[in-house]
Amino acid sequence: MSASLFIEQLLNGLQFGVMLFLMSAGLTLVFGVMGLINLAHGSLYMVGAFAAAAVAGWSGSFWLGLAASLMAAALAGALVEIVVLRRLYRRDHLDQVLATFALILMFSEGTRWLFGAFPLYLDVPEVLSGSMHLPVLDIVYSRYRLAIIVCGFVIALGLYLLIAKTRLGIRIRAGQSDRQMIAALGVDISTLYTVVFALGAALAGLAGALVGAIQSVEVGMGEPVLILAFVVIVIGGIGSIKGALIGAIIVGLTDTMGRFLLPVFFRQFMDNAAASSVGSALASMLIYIVMATILIVRPSGLFGKAS
Amino acid sequence: MLKPSVCALSVSIATILAAGLPAVAAADPVKVGMITTLSGGGSGLGIDVRDGFMLAIGDNPDIDLIIEDDQRKPDVAVQIADKMIQSDKVDVLTGIIFSNLAMAVIPAAVNQGKFYLSPNAGPSALAGKGCHENYFNVAWQNDNLHEAAGSYANSDSLKNTFILAPNYPAGKDALTGYKRFYEGELAGELYTKLGQTDYAAEIAQIRASGADSVFFFLPGGMGISFMKQWDQSDIDLPVIGPAFSFDQGILGAVGEAALGVKNTSQWSKDLDNQANQTFVADFESSYGRLPSLYASQGYDTGKLLLSAMSKADVADADAFRAALEEADFESTRGSFAFDNSHHPIQDLYVREVVEEGDVLTNRIVSKVLEQHSNAYAADCKM
Amino acid sequence: MSTRDTSISVLSLLLLGSVAVLAQWLDEPYFITLATKVCILGMAGVGLNLALGYGGLVSFGHAAFFGIGGYVAGILASHALNYEPIMESPWLLEGTTRMLVIWPITALVCGLFAWLIGALSLRTSGVYFIMITLAFAQMIYYFAISWPSYGGEDGLSVYLRSTFPGLNTMTGIHFFAIAFVWLMLAMGLSSRLVQSRFGLALQAARQNPIRVSAVGISPYKVQLTAFVISGVITGIAGALYTDLNRFVSPSVLGWHTSGEIMVFVILGGVARLAGPLLGAAVFIILEQTLGGWSENWQFWLGAVLIVVVLYGRGGIIGLLDRRSARE
Repeated sequence: MSASLFIEQLLNGLQFGVMLFLMSAGLTLVFGVMGLINLAHGSLYMVGAFAAAAVAGWSGSFWLGLAASLMAAALAGALVEIVVLRRLYRRDHLDQVLATFALILMFSEGTRWLFGAFPLYLDVPEVLSGSMHLPVLDIVYSRYRLAIIVCGFVIALGLYLLIAKTRLGIRIRAGQSDRQMIAALGVDISTLYTVVFALGAALAGLAGALVGAIQSVEVGMGEPVLILAFVVIVIGGIGSIKGALIGAIIVGLTDTMGRFLLPVFFRQFMDNAAASSVGSALASMLIYIVMATILIVRPSGLFGKAS
Repeated sequence: MLKPSVCALSVSIATILAAGLPAVAAADPVKVGMITTLSGGGSGLGIDVRDGFMLAIGDNPDIDLIIEDDQRKPDVAVQIADKMIQSDKVDVLTGIIFSNLAMAVIPAAVNQGKFYLSPNAGPSALAGKGCHENYFNVAWQNDNLHEAAGSYANSDSLKNTFILAPNYPAGKDALTGYKRFYEGELAGELYTKLGQTDYAAEIAQIRASGADSVFFFLPGGMGISFMKQWDQSDIDLPVIGPAFSFDQGILGAVGEAALGVKNTSQWSKDLDNQANQTFVADFESSYGRLPSLYASQGYDTGKLLLSAMSKADVADADAFRAALEEADFESTRGSFAFDNSHHPIQDLYVREVVEEGDVLTNRIVSKVLEQHSNAYAADCKM
Repeated sequence: MSTRDTSISVLSLLLLGSVAVLAQWLDEPYFITLATKVCILGMAGVGLNLALGYGGLVSFGHAAFFGIGGYVAGILASHALNYEPIMESPWLLEGTTRMLVIWPITALVCGLFAWLIGALSLRTSGVYFIMITLAFAQMIYYFAISWPSYGGEDGLSVYLRSTFPGLNTMTGIHFFAIAFVWLMLAMGLSSRLVQSRFGLALQAARQNPIRVSAVGISPYKVQLTAFVISGVITGIAGALYTDLNRFVSPSVLGWHTSGEIMVFVILGGVARLAGPLLGAAVFIILEQTLGGWSENWQFWLGAVLIVVVLYGRGGIIGLLDRRSARE
């Protein structure tokens, strides 16, 4: 195994992690501020991808598609918040689980209704297409994936500034620490909640569109990512954006490096096919093993407030 | 002893009578239960099989067709099969797309004396020791298209292939099938996670492996993701796969990344035979889209059923089975026959993805395996 | 537990039983299958309700127990049907198709897994508990998919239901009777437990763990015990589900199964004895009727569920409660 392959895999892990961060940031924000468990977050990711594919297919421009994904997901998020979820903030988590589970069914089947049963097409934009040589170690790496990494860190920085420096951020932080207090202070809480939810939804939609260009845009694409996003926010500590970023990178790296290194490891003492099979089986369980271990040692995640 | 002429006469009378007789059998229509995937992910395949099948049988008053959605859940498929067998009293079952659902339903159904005509799945467990007289596979044994890919790799003098598939039984069958015919070296062999969407790590390994070609079996969305990411990697190696990842329903989503890719199939839109031309034209005019591999399999299943019905009454299981075994129908694939395990003996082709106007589709390049049958057939005692 | 809860339970059990008997009389075997499915899934829900409803332990990983139970039954039966011993050394272990042997083994195995998962998961609470139980279930799911000996993703067919003395389990109504009795046992046990000192301690540990420890009871031990019992009940339901379908596959271990069992409980009424049973029944009725009505039935199922959450606090039983309060 060469050093350049190893570094390339680290980059792949990082890119996967950054994408997971976009998904988890909204999820952790919504949980932190409103105390809502949103299983339908993966559906917003799907909405983003489908909107991007539809608009890009119609207009021929990836960038218009990207903009559409943000708007469609934010709109869908705001709509769902106003019509359904708003009534559930004070309810038990269980009611939220049932309602958002129902939303998954509606979003998935609704999308299939609108767009048909076959996957849609979305391609990377011309400027970011293909691969480039990195200055170190002669690594060839996909331009688009590099762009995702950069984009993810820019958004992480933007979120940090938003929460640390702006008026909205102050309210969000206030909401996270004391929900009753902020209402008592005269902040229009229901608008704040809608805005936060739409923001989280837009991030998920963006992730869907970005990933849709290099994956399959199909019904149900949000569910595996949703589970991973939950893993991320639980590892990072629920409500913490910093935790989500670090959790996402841990999950991204663990998954990618596990898939890469475990078969190599088992090849030391088994034949090729068996090593690949055992290694892959263990790799698919790896992030859950890591998550369980972290929670056993730190029951509130890495950056969570102790309950 | 009868004079020869009398003998001939009586035979011809018998033939005339026999030809006129099926009208009697039509008193009771044949009840057909179709269990297929119509909702959620993977429903595109089920819809195509259903549409192909319905196109083949048309408005036939002799067939009473019941269609149910299995949601791609094995337990649901089993319960629907129970319902069709117990309540609807079907004679023939068909429709299942996915091998794991097929394994859940078929053994129990055929053991209860029902006929099962498989329009898609052909798991190896039902092809050899587990074969059954009432189970007919109208598509392929699961390994077939992969065997053809291995054979094509030899003929294209590829010597060092990197192979990958998901870590589940059909994935293992795929790589086994490829290796059964492929004579070169393996640059690498990888099992990926079922449902995986990101293949960056695998592609990096392929790049580093020094392979001269790549063979992959990644059905559904997995294949779309792989091909898009492969295209972005700028690695210039030939890619071979079974038709599933390059079929009509999916090509639009893969896009130009698929152009020029070689894939193996038992059917193609441009196969030059009368039945296929009729099928392609009828399918397009009925449904407004190009037919897929799955649609052709559904269609052939329907035609096979009709051919058996015209020869025998389904109530006479032995006669009906014999009629099915003859496979006396015009297949969209040209020549079609059943082997001793009731799996197809058919030609396998390699196709290339091409652009026709602004639509991506496939064109036949060459025939790779002639009159190919099922590797497990020798284990089938029937 | 109110007498009202008891009467709703008795009524719904009677209703379910008469549906099966009626179906038998009208020779509609499919409705017997559906009634059996309601029994089994309801029983899985009764198991979950013990942890989730009474104990406040929101497990998103009960598919693990349902699936393990299913696999124990499937593996034992398939070895017996194929005349292959499970292992020959160090001692001979044969498979079996006798339910009376399968059930205790299922209970034992599921209990062990529940103890292990519970002991680790109970270090956390709240949403972390939800997610750690999910993590364990996912580990087992991926293990089952890639483990080739018992079919992996293809699953394991057993062709025949296991046997029970005096009954022909392949006859729908006989098998229904077994599942029905199990459901009654599970509900009976659950009702007894909740009213016992143990049940009171469990509910107190949910509401105020500090006070419980102050009187000298370890909330951890109480909750762990409840979690194990809950896992065993769901596991036995899983074993019955394998027999119903004569088949088991990793799909019963997936997170969708956990989600559905949870939906049964919430839909019916959390911490209500008959909640899971009513939830499972209504869910299956909706699935069947909507499925016949539209290809996009899942959309309408979602819509109905949302209406129930928004306007029916406390699930179906909550709805019934309010109606009778108004009258």
